Amino acid sequence: MWNYIGRRILATLPVLLIVAVLVFLMLRLTPGDPAAVIAGDAATSQDVAEIRAKLGLDRPVVTQFFIWIGRGLQGDFGESFFYKKTVASLIADRIEPTLALATLTIILATLIAVPLGTLAAYRQGSWIDRIVMGISVIGFSVPVFVIGYVLIYVFALQLGWFPVQGYQRLADGFGGFLHRLILPSITLAMVYVALLARMTRTSVLEVLNEDYVRTARAKGLPNLKVLVFHALRNAAVPIVTVIGIGIAVLIGGVVVTESVYNIPGLGRLTVDAVLARDYPTVQAVILLFSFAYVVINLAIDLMYTVLDPRIRY
Amino acid sequence: MSASSSLKRTAIGAVFAAAMLALCPSQAQQNTLKVVMHSDLKIVDPIWTTAYITRNHGYMIYDTLFAMDAKGDIKPQMVGKYGVSADNLTWTFTLRDGLMFHDDKPVTSEDVIASLKRWGAKDSLGQKLMSFVKEMKPADAKTFTISLNSPTGLMLQALGKPSSNVPFIMPKRIADTSPNEQIKEYVGSGPFVFKADEWKPGDKAVYVKFAKYRARSEPASGVAGGKLAKVERVEWRWIPDAQTAVNALVAGEIDMVEDPLNDLLPALKKNPSVKLFDGNPLGNQYTFRFNVLHKPFDNPKIRQALFYAFNQEDFLKAVHGEKEFYQVCKALFPCGTPLSSTRGMEDKYESNFKKARELLQEAGYDGTPVVLMHSTDLTVLTNLAPVAKSLMERAGFKVDMQSMDWQSLVARRSKKDPPGAGGWNAFLTSWVSADVLNPVGAGFLNASCDKAMFGWPCDEQMEKLRDTFARETDAGKQKAIAEQVQQRLIEYPTHIPLGQWKKPQVLRKNIDGNVVAPVTVFWNVTKK
Repeated sequence: MWNYIGRRILATLPVLLIVAVLVFLMLRLTPGDPAAVIAGDAATSQDVAEIRAKLGLDRPVVTQFFIWIGRGLQGDFGESFFYKKTVASLIADRIEPTLALATLTIILATLIAVPLGTLAAYRQGSWIDRIVMGISVIGFSVPVFVIGYVLIYVFALQLGWFPVQGYQRLADGFGGFLHRLILPSITLAMVYVALLARMTRTSVLEVLNEDYVRTARAKGLPNLKVLVFHALRNAAVPIVTVIGIGIAVLIGGVVVTESVYNIPGLGRLTVDAVLARDYPTVQAVILLFSFAYVVINLAIDLMYTVLDPRIRY
Repeated sequence: MSASSSLKRTAIGAVFAAAMLALCPSQAQQNTLKVVMHSDLKIVDPIWTTAYITRNHGYMIYDTLFAMDAKGDIKPQMVGKYGVSADNLTWTFTLRDGLMFHDDKPVTSEDVIASLKRWGAKDSLGQKLMSFVKEMKPADAKTFTISLNSPTGLMLQALGKPSSNVPFIMPKRIADTSPNEQIKEYVGSGPFVFKADEWKPGDKAVYVKFAKYRARSEPASGVAGGKLAKVERVEWRWIPDAQTAVNALVAGEIDMVEDPLNDLLPALKKNPSVKLFDGNPLGNQYTFRFNVLHKPFDNPKIRQALFYAFNQEDFLKAVHGEKEFYQVCKALFPCGTPLSSTRGMEDKYESNFKKARELLQEAGYDGTPVVLMHSTDLTVLTNLAPVAKSLMERAGFKVDMQSMDWQSLVARRSKKDPPGAGGWNAFLTSWVSADVLNPVGAGFLNASCDKAMFGWPCDEQMEKLRDTFARETDAGKQKAIAEQVQQRLIEYPTHIPLGQWKKPQVLRKNIDGNVVAPVTVFWNVTKK
């Protein structure tokens, strides 16, 4: 087991290196010039050239890469071209909202989708099953921003139950923190409820006809116990996989929701940085996302051994 | 539905709403103004960049020696009294009493001179002014002199320049920073103090009232007059999604949106909780910029054809729709400003395609396609290039319109390569009117070849006229020179102005006292 974990962690290094090279090259090959953005509209070509030199962008790309990677290996991802703040401090500022939103979304989605999917499987073909699957189709089909705007219109503008936008840090009070996260989390959770409910239904259906479930029923166990301890647990591996992938996707992919609800998270930082061609920030954030993917995948693999003792590494 | 079940639902709703409200922080922040500006504040050095959001930040925390009032006149601001010698070669300025920086140190002549030096090294109008300056030296702590090599009419216009780069006054230790380095301390003597510790790029910038600010006694007018901070705190909240910003305004979470989407204005006009405020009547000026280095626009006659092919209404309407938000202005300098004139423009901008074709024929236009850069992500620019393409094609041009995001355009426009090798022929942009008020300040009129802005026009006659304007001290004669500049523009087009547009700000109804100025400022503003 420990050997396996060690091997997996070592395997992340080449992955991160490849990501680093790709991100670095893609940014340099993308049209756009951070110096021109910094200089502003009234700047002359000479102004732009001076800023390019100041930022080190006039050096050969290979030199720039080795300077960046050399500093990165020492944990220094440089300073944002624009904010004159270290990239690390920018990420530190933005990581809490993103993690909070991702966590609450996954909790909501899991709490809603797993029981619904299990129930749909248990009542396969019934009206409950059709309703759950119908909701899933809607969750998949309606774009996140539409769900967001509709929820804002109803619950913030018309009913006034929630704020339209903004984020409150956990340190400033749990009540306000939760209050501002509920609508964005529901918005995001709609998609994951759809995905997870369908996955749960399919997985539970597969195991409901297994011999051990029939045996459990024959022993006279109550339906709930059979469903939770015999069916759901054995169907859990694909469900946990989807939840894990969901977390990874949410950490890097909640740009639309962060924009609609004005949450200053990592997604918005990435988009702002890409639009402004803030190379150091984009590079560091993408590396962070890659690292998160790798770690979450490893955690999922390890989780399999807990859920299914037959799996050994 | 029975009455009891309806009652039950209402009660549950009320309890839920009350619980949610209880979770909210107190909303009674009467002394905090929360505004959504046109952009996120990324850079906080107003001399290092010309970005308008940074200029606005500058007006919050710094003060200026002179400033432009609502009528366009330059008025003393930090300066108490000033005068010029009979030969117009020595200017003497004395600062008002009691001017303090936010670090509790008095503003001195040395601070002023260091600030002017840094600004003069970076800003185009500042550079021009400095070309006349022999020496700047302090006479005492509050008085300084500027000696000139030859007289210039630019002195007050430059020191009272309202838009980027503005000659803001900083402490000497900060102003001594190289103009090519960003400052690291944000200490001014303006009406608000920047809370650097609360600045979260991409989220908010915070300013608090500077209690020791010594405002002028005159009422606020333009960016001149008494800058009285009437709220304790101003928060610039960055909300990138335009719909969300407006939703937040309607819900009362935000007090003002500086730059609302045109599409949302009709709905906002009908909303009883908000009002529109025309804060900048001069607004902005659209411009078609040529690259004169390459065919076909290396030929001035081919450029002239566009004065005939274009009409301003088509451009303005395509973006702004309603007439109250735009103004056809057949003049080089913005209509409503002192140097504006329609002389020579009478037969231009009529979409006279016959005349345009004749000019193309005379010029021997060989069908070389015009690479027209089309910015797709800024709503105030997106519709311009397709209109230009259509009008140009009707005049006989071949147009290769290439779409890209604004930042790609900004990077590409600085390339001198041929259009087929990553260069360009033309693009459209917009200037804040306050930036293009005179021949020296208007960057696109600079025709000094390699030293000119992107497009690199090269015309000795235009440069002579600009220099003559800079040397002229009589306002009447300056106006005559400005008309000659306009005439020269028609003969040697460096760019084509395409009319003025403006956008109202949207405020909650409890916000009052906003100042009409070319820059959005927050002194004088009250929140009831």
